[in-house]
Amino acid sequence: MHRRRVGAGAIAKKKLAEAKYKERGTVLAEAQLAQMSKQLDMFKSNLEEFASKHKQEIWKNPEFRVQFQDMCATIGVDPLASGKGFWSEMLGVGDFYYELGVQIIEVCLALKHQNGGLITLEELHQQVLRGRGKFAQDVSQDDLIRAIKKLKALGTGFGIIPVGGIYLIQSVPAELNMDHTVVLQLAEKNGYVTVSDIKASLKWETERARQVLEHLLKEGLAWLDLQAPWEAHYWLPALFTHLYSQEITAEEAREALP
Amino acid sequence: MDRFLWTSGLLEINETLVIQQRGVRIYDGEEKIKFDAGTLLLSTHRLIWRDQKNHECCMAFPLSQIVFIEEQAAGIGKSAKIVVHLHPAPPNKEPGPFQSSKNSYIKLSFKEHGQIEFYRRLSEEMTQRRWENMPVSQSLQTNRGPQPGRIRAVGIVGIERKLEEKRKETDKNISEAFEDLSKLMIKAKEMVELSKSIANKIKDKQGDITEDETIRFKSYLLSMGIANPVTRETCGSGTHYHVQLARQLAAILQTPLEERGGIMSLTEVYCLVNRARGMELLSPEDLVNACKMLEALKLPLRLRVFDSGVMVIELQSHKEEEMVASALETVSEKGSLTSEEFAKLVGMSVLLAKERLLLAEKMGHLCRDDSVEGLRFYPNLFMTQS
Repeated sequence: MHRRRVGAGAIAKKKLAEAKYKERGTVLAEAQLAQMSKQLDMFKSNLEEFASKHKQEIWKNPEFRVQFQDMCATIGVDPLASGKGFWSEMLGVGDFYYELGVQIIEVCLALKHQNGGLITLEELHQQVLRGRGKFAQDVSQDDLIRAIKKLKALGTGFGIIPVGGIYLIQSVPAELNMDHTVVLQLAEKNGYVTVSDIKASLKWETERARQVLEHLLKEGLAWLDLQAPWEAHYWLPALFTHLYSQEITAEEAREALP
Repeated sequence: MDRFLWTSGLLEINETLVIQQRGVRIYDGEEKIKFDAGTLLLSTHRLIWRDQKNHECCMAFPLSQIVFIEEQAAGIGKSAKIVVHLHPAPPNKEPGPFQSSKNSYIKLSFKEHGQIEFYRRLSEEMTQRRWENMPVSQSLQTNRGPQPGRIRAVGIVGIERKLEEKRKETDKNISEAFEDLSKLMIKAKEMVELSKSIANKIKDKQGDITEDETIRFKSYLLSMGIANPVTRETCGSGTHYHVQLARQLAAILQTPLEERGGIMSLTEVYCLVNRARGMELLSPEDLVNACKMLEALKLPLRLRVFDSGVMVIELQSHKEEEMVASALETVSEKGSLTSEEFAKLVGMSVLLAKERLLLAEKMGHLCRDDSVEGLRFYPNLFMTQS
């Protein structure tokens, strides 16, 4: 028989000793912790009830997802912080967004050699949908943005760049400062930009324009077209699908013919 | 189905494309017809469908033909759909695929998804009615249709009423859900306030709170998704969950790391681990927080953050600095290398290849040549040839 060093009596004595040495403030915090623990249990069962009634809404209704996320943000709660959180466990929001994160990473990786790591949200959306297959849950662009925001934690340079009326998603740690972003915005209209365009629209010096364009070339985000009439065109492959989706109008078609 | 007319698919002046989606099938009422795979385009003026296999086959109708639209959720083996209810075709309508149809609605089936976004945009266009402000050439203005709400064709009224009821029912469900959600949020907010108060007490009385209690508190915050009011990070380090996770990761990642030369980017790890799990996935923050504990737990892996911000997991036995020596050899053999060339030679991802070359440069072994043709690394002869 082993001799036990700890018995009920010893424990009680120890607790008493601890209690004596604690200040009043600490005791209050303890009481609050106990209160929080109880409230947490209650909240968990409320959430369970909510989930059993309304889980479908979250799955079916992207509007509802947006509202849900906004409400959480307002009160200071991040339902996507951890897969271990109640929200994730009970409403299943976690798995939805984390899996989307994986799919986003894979699409960006696959297309990186083409576009240097810059892609429109629109194209990313299309590609992700294609990859998800017929039987998977539909996703909205808002869902993608939220998933991408979470991916930033992985330190890989995921970023969201608003450019004119669209969003560009960056998936490589290329340094893009304000100057670069502004030039990207300029390029959005035609898919390319020239030094003259930049000087005319942004009123920059030639050198500043050239530096920005060279940086984009180096990072693989822009392609140099020396065969364009008048001056070199800097094309942005990230914007190609965005361009092609805008059919040329009858007017432009007429103009393009000799 | 007789509302469609053949078109070239070219947009008119003043007509802009709003959204397009591949993989859409058209139903005439409830019937499947031969138009089973096409690209659906929404413009400010029309709804256009072009056959994916035969681009010559392209048809459209003006948005003004639409009475109203509704969504049909996906089901098992069924794609999500949009149901479009239409005014009758005008008498002078140009020719289209069908001369007549007994149905006054069509269904658009989104076999490659995209229904949510498309529905949203279509609803917007129907609300904004931009086609009224931007007239296009005569050929499109075939039928403004009777002003919706005033004259309705027979038969549609009954359908509309039924659908209106159904919509009210759905709305009721949603508003009930929102009500319940609001109540839930109020309770959640109370928890947030409580946690702030506790955090303040802990901060003030540092040292009197037992470590055990701090850990408990952190796990409560984790469950609720509340950021730690003291450190501002959403809780990770120090909870039992993340300790457990760190140990699991060490077990799962051992072999993959060995297969990849001892080093992997955190993005690769995220994908690998979550693909393997299938469900109960890790959030990016879970992963990062668990990895932060690897070293403290004396596990055989560690987290490393490069200057560029790129985060990787390395085997403890992996010495990146030693790999730099072999990188230098490789570069010297070839004279010079870019990250892409080096990556291909060594069999690494370009991201990690770049980091290794940058590290070699930082250590003085390599020199860079930064030009528009890319970033190229050369052995640093300033060092070796005095």
